[in-house]
Amino acid sequence: MFGRLKQMLIKEFIQVFRDKRTRFILIGPPIIQMLVFGYAATYEIHHVPTVVLDLDHSQESRELVSRFTSSPYFEVQRQLTDSRQIRDLIDKGDATVGLEIDAGFAQKLRKGQTAPLQVIVDATNSNTALIASSYITQIALGFAKDYQQDRIYRIAPQFVSAIPSIELEQRPWYNAELSSRWFFVPGVIGSLTLILVITLTAFAVVREREIGTLEQIMVTPIRPAEFILGKTLPFFLIGVADVLLIAVVGSLWFQVPFRGNVAVLALGAVLFILCMLGVGLLISTVSSTQQQAMVTAFFFIMPAITFSGFGFPISTMPQWMQYFSYCIPLRYFLVVLRGVYLKGVGLDILWPEMTVMAAMAVGLLTVSILRFHKALD
Amino acid sequence: MSFTRMLAVAKKEVVQILRDSRSLFIVIIMPVTLMLLFGYGVNLDLKGMPVYVLDRDGSQQSQDLLKRFQASEYFKVVKVVDGYPAIARALDDGHAKMGIVIPWDFSQRLQAGGPVQVQALVDATDDNSANVLIGYAQGVVQGYSAQMQSNWLQQRGQSLQPAPVSIETRTWYNEDLESSAFIIPGVLALVMSVIGAFLTSLTIAREWERGSMEQLISTPVSAMEIMFGKLAPYFVLGMFDVLICALIAIYWFHVPFRGSFVTLMGSSALFLVVVLSLGFYISVMAKNQFAACQIALLVTFLPAFLLSGFLFSIEQMPIVLQWITRIMPARYYVTVLKKIFLKGTPTAMLYAELIPLAVFAFVLALLATHSFHKRLE
Repeated sequence: MFGRLKQMLIKEFIQVFRDKRTRFILIGPPIIQMLVFGYAATYEIHHVPTVVLDLDHSQESRELVSRFTSSPYFEVQRQLTDSRQIRDLIDKGDATVGLEIDAGFAQKLRKGQTAPLQVIVDATNSNTALIASSYITQIALGFAKDYQQDRIYRIAPQFVSAIPSIELEQRPWYNAELSSRWFFVPGVIGSLTLILVITLTAFAVVREREIGTLEQIMVTPIRPAEFILGKTLPFFLIGVADVLLIAVVGSLWFQVPFRGNVAVLALGAVLFILCMLGVGLLISTVSSTQQQAMVTAFFFIMPAITFSGFGFPISTMPQWMQYFSYCIPLRYFLVVLRGVYLKGVGLDILWPEMTVMAAMAVGLLTVSILRFHKALD
Repeated sequence: MSFTRMLAVAKKEVVQILRDSRSLFIVIIMPVTLMLLFGYGVNLDLKGMPVYVLDRDGSQQSQDLLKRFQASEYFKVVKVVDGYPAIARALDDGHAKMGIVIPWDFSQRLQAGGPVQVQALVDATDDNSANVLIGYAQGVVQGYSAQMQSNWLQQRGQSLQPAPVSIETRTWYNEDLESSAFIIPGVLALVMSVIGAFLTSLTIAREWERGSMEQLISTPVSAMEIMFGKLAPYFVLGMFDVLICALIAIYWFHVPFRGSFVTLMGSSALFLVVVLSLGFYISVMAKNQFAACQIALLVTFLPAFLLSGFLFSIEQMPIVLQWITRIMPARYYVTVLKKIFLKGTPTAMLYAELIPLAVFAFVLALLATHSFHKRLE
């Protein structure tokens, strides 16, 4: 048994590593994707091009504008004189945010009325609009608060030191500088592993079928169990090696902290790769050509990544999608990845995820091996 | 170049596509699925985030403040705990996104006057959610603080209404700031990349791998005829998918459509030529379906996903990456789509995107024909 299995393994490894392109593909694209993701995928905003129309010309309005000027999130590029200019600049895409302070702003503030700050945001500019809105709110809140203190000082200077106030002391845990990179890099490890292991496994079996070499293997004395093991073991090992490679590149290059235990991450990765092997095998049993395997795999990969919480919060999805996301192994692996990398938690916290992935791995592998046996007969 | 011979190749390809009913089904169902996935699944507007509360004071004031959190649609107080470790654990295992800690001397110190701090512990693994949460929490705390101050002054015979700055945000082009409206036009580019590059990248590689390429070479069909014949069916499929996507976007998701339909189809045709040529070129070079599909993923899908401005704003990327996006056809196509859908930019104003797209289409088509010609010899 071991002799035959060994031969099969040797054959698979030769097949994978013989081709220069395939060799490159196991190493090049994962690293390139890790780098591109690390740099491109960001929810942070800096220097959003902003234009200002101040029709009030008061000390108050200038003070408010200066808070935007000094903020690292906005770059006030121009002070305008006409509200049509805002429209023009945003239409052309030269500005993303337009701030308009109408005449009477300071007067309203002094009277204790609500003073409006008009904000115009170019919402075609994806999520920048949403995030910029949130910062604008924070800046305006800060302004209103300080203005209030000033008024108290003017009306009743004797109260200034006695008046109570509440401040929010924010403590962002796990990612104190609120870096998008720290959020994305662990996630990319999971997504790339998913893509690689599924496509490798699915293609390897289907290729034999498509080229007709599967029949040749079937006439050899090899047993189905040995064949399956021979087909999956190499990809399991390649998967493990790739996780290691991407994880090392991601952590070293982008300086993402690794706060947890390597063994916990390794356990999670092994369980996850086993799940993905099962999916890949399953796809290979229902595909007769590589093109079919590819579209089927892609059909699985896209929802798996979208629903996993890789880039978009699960909690804002519609309820049915949230239920569906429980069936996605990547969802659990991402919790493990981020847990180990950023939170530094161990098995006492991550055991539910590990259990689910283990159960999924057993289920997927059983079904796919049973189906595989049938397909071979 | 003979039209009949080209037609014969096209017919062969069509038969091959039609015979593989699952791939055909997926090609038609894929746009619909991707549209639904991204239309519903991607939403960065957070609501009802789970919050744990630790009220060490238990006074009337602390309860009032917490009631404000409860009333906000952005927070959902899921548990009131009696110790710090419970909050730490909830953040660790993800049951809470935020923990609010009110100090034991909260009301006492308010009585005494001066600033009092309330802690917000935020799970910042997802930096974007953390940012938005902190902003909302500040709004709640400050609202309460201002109200309390004006009560306090009133008791001392001073009348001072809080004078808030109200922010009147107008989001242009996407008035409701629906995530789906800015995501969905970009999904079209994703669909085109998948259909165009993935499927075609396999067609030539398949012929090499199966050995049927030699048979094709021995026929009088010329290289050009093979290329056009092979690509024509995928072009038709791609245009069909554009149509499906546009209809779903407009009638299902009610994404505004303000531009010209002819321009939409015209620019889509250009982009299709780009991705089809790329796919073809890859398949000629790779000669191996697995390699072809992985490279196609790297050079078409990844840029369409990451470097096109579809999800992540290009302005916020490092400058080198911004230059790189300029040689990504997907960037121009996504810009055109957003302008046609949301801004209603007239066609004559789209030259800055349409000209580069046309150049890409021309150059890549030339490259594809050239490479294939050489390989046949």
